Amino acid sequence: MKRLVSLWLNGRHREDAVSDNLLLLDYVRETAGLTGTKCGCDGGECGACTVLIDGEPRLACLTLAAACEGKRVETIEGQAAGGKLSPLQQSFHENLGTQCGYCTPGMIMASEALLRRNPRPSEADIREALSGNLCRCTGYVKIIESVKAACES
Amino acid sequence: MNEIASCASHGEGIPAPTHAAGRRQPLIDGIEKVTGRARYTTDLPATQALTGAILSSPHAHAEIVSIDVSRARALPGVRAVITGEDCDVPFGILPIARNEYPLARGKVLYWGEAVAAVAAEDEQTARAALDLIEVEYRTLPVYISAAEARAPGAVLLHANKPGNVEREVNNTFGDVDAGIAAADLVREESFHYAEVAHAQIEPDCTLAEFDPESGRLTVQSVSQVPYYVHLTISECLKMDPADVRVIKPFIGGGFGHRTETLPFEITAALLARAARGTVKLQLSRAETFTIHRARPETDIRLKIGMKKSGEITAVDAEVVQRGGASAGYGIITILYAGALLHTLYRMPAVRYRGFRVYTNTPPCGPMRGHGGVDMRHAFESLMDMMAETFGLDAFAVRRANLFVAPYQSVNELKVSTCELAACLDWVEQASGWRSRKGKLPRGRGLGVACSHFISGAAKPVHWTGEPHATVNLRLDFDGSITLLTGAADIGQGSSTLLAQIAAEVLGLELARFRVIAGDSALTPKDNGSYSSRVSLMVGNAALAAAEDLKRQLVAAAAKRLEVGVEDIECLGEAYRVIGTDRMVSYRDVVKSALEVTGPLTTRGTYTVPLDMQGGKYRGAGVGPSPAYSYAASVVEVSVDEDTGQIKVEKLWVAQDCGVAINPLAVEGQVQGSVWMGMGQALCEETEFVNGRPLRGNLLDYRVPTIVESPPIEVKIVASYEPNGPLGAKEASESSLGSIPPALAAAVAEAIGVRLPGLPLSPDRVLAALHARRREERLKSALAGAR
Repeated sequence: MKRLVSLWLNGRHREDAVSDNLLLLDYVRETAGLTGTKCGCDGGECGACTVLIDGEPRLACLTLAAACEGKRVETIEGQAAGGKLSPLQQSFHENLGTQCGYCTPGMIMASEALLRRNPRPSEADIREALSGNLCRCTGYVKIIESVKAACES
Repeated sequence: MNEIASCASHGEGIPAPTHAAGRRQPLIDGIEKVTGRARYTTDLPATQALTGAILSSPHAHAEIVSIDVSRARALPGVRAVITGEDCDVPFGILPIARNEYPLARGKVLYWGEAVAAVAAEDEQTARAALDLIEVEYRTLPVYISAAEARAPGAVLLHANKPGNVEREVNNTFGDVDAGIAAADLVREESFHYAEVAHAQIEPDCTLAEFDPESGRLTVQSVSQVPYYVHLTISECLKMDPADVRVIKPFIGGGFGHRTETLPFEITAALLARAARGTVKLQLSRAETFTIHRARPETDIRLKIGMKKSGEITAVDAEVVQRGGASAGYGIITILYAGALLHTLYRMPAVRYRGFRVYTNTPPCGPMRGHGGVDMRHAFESLMDMMAETFGLDAFAVRRANLFVAPYQSVNELKVSTCELAACLDWVEQASGWRSRKGKLPRGRGLGVACSHFISGAAKPVHWTGEPHATVNLRLDFDGSITLLTGAADIGQGSSTLLAQIAAEVLGLELARFRVIAGDSALTPKDNGSYSSRVSLMVGNAALAAAEDLKRQLVAAAAKRLEVGVEDIECLGEAYRVIGTDRMVSYRDVVKSALEVTGPLTTRGTYTVPLDMQGGKYRGAGVGPSPAYSYAASVVEVSVDEDTGQIKVEKLWVAQDCGVAINPLAVEGQVQGSVWMGMGQALCEETEFVNGRPLRGNLLDYRVPTIVESPPIEVKIVASYEPNGPLGAKEASESSLGSIPPALAAAVAEAIGVRLPGLPLSPDRVLAALHARRREERLKSALAGAR
């Protein structure tokens, strides 16, 4: 079955006919063509597909597109508003919070959710907020530094 | 260091040359990564692509009696179905050991091995087609451990390898028996290491595009080695390599997983040709785990002879590696386990026996720290145990065995620079070792260990007589410079580093550079990103290409200013007559330089000097390198004796990588490297039951999360490597091997028990604690009875 789903993707309104079983991950990547959101596993293992739904971090691989009716969905592509990098994007770039970059969109989105909720997080807060996002390159040291530096900017 | 660096004083209005090297440089492709614009293989636009899917074996060892694909082929929407019949060319990274097919022929050798593949108009159809393929198997005995595969009467996985031993190594250097006889203490221990996996976050994927009109094929894939992919696909498809183009998109990590051509890459190409179109073959995480190519399950028996001073007199080692179902890099891995014994400490005599064994598990390969990591744990651990007997501190025993570079080992490896002593000094001081070691509360411990690695293999895998590396620099009318390299940036920052080297030579800002890496239609052939070869080898080629370009620009400036070339100095954005204010801008020099020739392309190459390419004995090709990098680490842990859970409190690492061209990237590489070593030490392991993987996902294959990852303090010690570009050598792998032994030593202090292998998972720690308590009870009972 298909249904018409109406939502806001990175602030822009969309209406698409989607299958009931279409994952938000496939909706974002294939229907909307925004490939910044990554798939790193077979479902709920790695956090690479983290997006914001009404400001809350969610795994797009465990969310149905149809469940996002009327909601505000944000992906990495929506973060550089007006052509300017977000503080987190700037900070991940400058502090090498990204190496291969594959986990980066998910890391930045999960960090963005944290900073909106808590603009001055402790290191423990950062670790807790990113506990579902795996990175295999950095040992997480520069990811933590990047989030801290973004708070200060 | 170079002439730009020495060019200090400048008059007013005269630009100073830029120093791109030595700067904490964010990645030149970092903006793409943080904005989501970076396109990885799976992100490439391919609206017309067919969906590829693989039918994999449900048995770990079986004969294929028959395959019937007729029903799958007849399904509407299916455009191609292929089996082992469609490719009869065996492949493998080593020309002397090619025994793998993209799709199994006659037999399957591990659970999950690809048996057939389809290309269909959508994923649903592709999956439905797989279900319609009928395969009849006759099962064979399954050998998961090396011992089972080597047992008398075991069925041979490969007919030409008796006992299922792919390679037996027997190398003795120096007089081992005399060394053992001269020792004050000889001790022998056995260790067991679980197999681990790379677990890079990007799953495997290939996009293959066949153009039926031209007969040409374009492959984009997740490779660290686009050139080997190019070569292997041409061979397996029996195509002229000139009709194949291989492009490396952004790569989501490698760590050795993608260091050889992988079966799905060939399968995607076969499918595209069979379907006469474009095929995207995306593997799942579970399938990516089954491709494997990582660090093998290993058994080590190690004997060391030591004097009271801590000096090692002889080493006798035996290593058995469970290599998996096909050759891959296996011979290299088993040779590295022996060769890398020689170049960390002074080793007067070493006997090494190695066995690489075929088993019914996914093929192993070269994982970060290739071949040396498990042996390093065994060696450092036994060294610690023996030092304890003599009452020697862990630092003292290591210092007793340091050599002074330049050094030639008994197996003829030449080490030009080594700052391991400085590394030890720093971690000792930074960790507060002297005031804290032995005085920590119960359940807490400190450990130290060292490790090292090569900066690229002096002998390439494929000996063609060509230089080891080639880089082109292209300069056009706009004054921008494009660096063309086949070296694959897989996240380690190689494109940034190469641009920094060229920018440093030319005194220009990095903003003037673009890097195109890994497109066979544009970039010169490169062996790829493995064995930490890129910084030194490709870096030297970039340096040479930039020096050539600078010579041409200096000549153009000299002509324009009507002086000799020796009178011109390059300031980057200007070229000046030395000692005067007469100068010409970079833009005008470019104009002059291009006047006669048109757009310029320079070429730089690097070849390892012949005298650094190793000895003449069998296996001598593995070990030699133009430079070796060194690291020392201290690990602090606390252990919960009720749960067996280890918490790593902190890691201190000192790295000798020569001159750090990008200190920011070096720190990032070292942090990632030691963290990966920590994962292997703490929790990572694969597991098979009847050949079926139990941990083919990122929940059961446990890599440390951010919660259990400690602060990591990195020190780059002062060092200069004369064989490296601007003094640089390897920085991404050498530190990994120090962590498992340092962590194990810390745990030994914390709980009073040393575990004979890895990982130190909670169940193993608990078992060791129970055993210790039983022993203690037994001892006190015996004492009471007396």
